[in-house]
Amino acid sequence: MKSVKNIQKITKAMKMVAASKLRAIQTKTENSRGLWQPFTALLGDLPSADVKKNVVVAISSDKGLCGGINSTSVKISKGLHKLNSGPEKETKYVILGEKAKAQLVRDSKKDIELIITELQKNPLNYTQVSVLADEILKNVEYDALRIVFNKFQSVVSFVPTVSTVLSPEIVEREAESGGKLGDLDSYEVEGGETKGEILQNLAEFQFSCTMFNAVLENACSEQGARMSAMDSSSRNAGDMLDRLTLTYNRTRQASITTELIEIISGASALEG
Amino acid sequence: MFRQASRLLARTTTPWRRSRSFSSDVPATPAQDSSFIESWSKVIPNLDPPKTPSSFMTPRPATPSAIPSKLTVNFVLPYASELSAKEVDMVIVPATTGQMGVLPGHVPTIAELKPGILSVHEGNDVTKYFLSSGFALIHANSVADIIAVEAVPVDRLDPALVQKGLADFTQKLGSATTDLEKAEAQIGVDVHSAMNSAITG
Repeated sequence: MKSVKNIQKITKAMKMVAASKLRAIQTKTENSRGLWQPFTALLGDLPSADVKKNVVVAISSDKGLCGGINSTSVKISKGLHKLNSGPEKETKYVILGEKAKAQLVRDSKKDIELIITELQKNPLNYTQVSVLADEILKNVEYDALRIVFNKFQSVVSFVPTVSTVLSPEIVEREAESGGKLGDLDSYEVEGGETKGEILQNLAEFQFSCTMFNAVLENACSEQGARMSAMDSSSRNAGDMLDRLTLTYNRTRQASITTELIEIISGASALEG
Repeated sequence: MFRQASRLLARTTTPWRRSRSFSSDVPATPAQDSSFIESWSKVIPNLDPPKTPSSFMTPRPATPSAIPSKLTVNFVLPYASELSAKEVDMVIVPATTGQMGVLPGHVPTIAELKPGILSVHEGNDVTKYFLSSGFALIHANSVADIIAVEAVPVDRLDPALVQKGLADFTQKLGSATTDLEKAEAQIGVDVHSAMNSAITG
């Protein structure tokens, strides 16, 4: 009973911590939501783009005890991997966070290109994330980056989401072939030497902005999930404690009754 | 102006071809890439397809046939949405090719921004921000998206600190030996002199 009580205390404390962290990060996340919209409006959203070099950026948390958000993002990443694999195609993983690493290293070790952990030691900010994005862009060759994260909706619901960032060459190819990006050709380009250069800058900026939002959303979902997980487990511990106390009292009562019976029956035997 | 007008008129005849649906009265079905969902459910039938950003996107208006009187501006920073779908008369953005005024009905443009002043004109009110860098995307539907890494209202800049920073970086530029140091110092000088001219100008 003591250990159950201790566990309850721990989970309650974790819930409180998660709740306070959640509040801080939630405002940040909500403020960063405007950031990716202009890019999606301009460059479109093409999760079905068929390209050779795919990179799946799986975002997960470093710590556990936060419900199913990490396994969801791993499952989705594996799905994307399967979807984009085929002859003459290669799909690589870039992993953020300890938990997705643990799950993906097991069966697809050869496809992992880069692992980055301990992202959330300091509070997240844009500079940090853009350095990170730069590192990914430097080390990985890509035609399409697919960022997998859990979008925060409320404390109890998260939506697994995939954002696609295409490389400048692919954007240009899609724009020339018409289709969904056909409008891009009508845009005039100011600054830079060529359209390619601008698109390159734009794609990199888009990646860092999308990453920033994705990392924040995922962190927010993590705290939310941890909060609800801890809430349910402290409630569970409370229930267990109630049951245990009941059994304890019942056994104690039973032993007292037995003793009483023994005494009374002994006394009556003496009298008789 | 006439060049833009004729372009806009020509555009109105072509149908709007983006994947997003702009139905203003039925917001129920989110606009997702249907071919993606199809191929996903073929390969991974026992898992719901993930959402994509377009399903969370606030829908953008279609290109109107006449040039609207106001320009809709979205001005976003990593940590805030400074202006969100605000209707203004004109914005002037600091493009790398020079200050660029954007009125409703501007030709669609992608412009890279340099450190400088973004001014938002709304009637007689003018709000001025200092931007570090970013992009301005002007769409055919008289919507301008401005994305900046950092921005502050001009009146919040401290002239003394700007002068000091300018002096510091000029000195650093003089003493820089490697290319990287030089480039960093040059960026510092550029930003600070732009800030300086923003305050004095």
